[in-house]
Amino acid sequence: MSISLPKPEYLAPGHAACQGCGATLIVRQVLMALEPDEAAVIVTATGCLEVVTTIYPRTSWRLPFVHLAFENAAAAASGIETALKVLKRKGLLKEKKKMHVIAIAGDGGTFDIGLQALSGALERGHKFVYICYDNEAYMNTGIQRSGATPYRAWTTTTPVGKKIPGKPQFKKNLAGIAAAHEIPYVATASPGYHVDLIRKVRRALNAPGPALLHIICPCPTGWRHDPSKTVEIARLAVQTRFFPLYEILYGRKYIITMPVPKPLPIIDYLKLQGRYAHLLRPEMKGEVEKLEKAVNDFYKWLERMAEATKDIPLPSWYHV
Amino acid sequence: MSKLLGWRKIPIGTIILEAGSTFEVRTGDWRTFKPVIDHNKCTRCGLCYYYCPDGSITLEVKDGKIVKVDIDYYHCKGCAICEGICPVKAITMVEEVK
Repeated sequence: MSISLPKPEYLAPGHAACQGCGATLIVRQVLMALEPDEAAVIVTATGCLEVVTTIYPRTSWRLPFVHLAFENAAAAASGIETALKVLKRKGLLKEKKKMHVIAIAGDGGTFDIGLQALSGALERGHKFVYICYDNEAYMNTGIQRSGATPYRAWTTTTPVGKKIPGKPQFKKNLAGIAAAHEIPYVATASPGYHVDLIRKVRRALNAPGPALLHIICPCPTGWRHDPSKTVEIARLAVQTRFFPLYEILYGRKYIITMPVPKPLPIIDYLKLQGRYAHLLRPEMKGEVEKLEKAVNDFYKWLERMAEATKDIPLPSWYHV
Repeated sequence: MSKLLGWRKIPIGTIILEAGSTFEVRTGDWRTFKPVIDHNKCTRCGLCYYYCPDGSITLEVKDGKIVKVDIDYYHCKGCAICEGICPVKAITMVEEVK
């Protein structure tokens, strides 16, 4: 894959995203993976991205765009994919470019509300790319907790009080859920590592079936951090093993794409964010250690999986 | 979009027919600090282009090489990501004086 600059700007500036928004940053990087002879139909579930880019009567998208309700991004994407296939077979598709279907949804539209539509689409094996930008709460409606909110994070529905300091549960493993469908490609990515992210999107577009990308998305408004720290936090999430970057091929082969042999202390990641401000108190040391242990345990499990499956050969479409 | 349409002329199903029409929206007036590139320090690596959430970094490319990096102040919201990302610290945030 080669990137010739400047890439066409498929997401026009002038959208209403907050300063330092992670979601539009991710979308720009994702769409840079499209080659000049390719185009994509964008399907987004309700969420910040849809709200900020399509304020009627204007739109930021320079690609065909469909906005849907919260739960059916994957269902509509599978319909569009099938329609494109049929139109092409009947010779009715005038578009000369190769058409992809990219569904983009937030963590609410993926982890919670859109999960069954996603599961159905993955099981039916439609060739589309599903991108979950995970800002770890329902930011668009006012920072309510979701299935993606990490342990002990503050949200408006998991407030920090005397008895319960933030969300008591851990985060869902979305990549694991998607990989359980044994789809060709599942990956996690961080906008702090743009080369890795663009390459993963390229692999997802090349994959012979459904592909899912789970991308961490720092949100200055909801995570209560300075807008200028978006990229720094996205990198720290990887460097502290909080959000390891890995790929799962056909639900079998695990590859760690960004190994972290010596992780930074997780407090480096937490202290930049206002939603974790209560964890900096001395009496919360136990909670930080618990989170750190969970994060490291998961990473060690990933290492073991990668080691155990390293003999499985890579498919030809993987090389980009 | 030049002027607002009457209710009889609005496309059915809230379809927006013009792509990328938010381009005319001035989001540049959101910022209090504006990024300024020191072109002597700038190595034209293009990192800021990849990390701008608003697509406000414009590149001038000649023969596949970046010859000039510029900022689109009409759209830049002043988030200062580029200041932090620049490997040679060629971008500084300067308070906007109006």
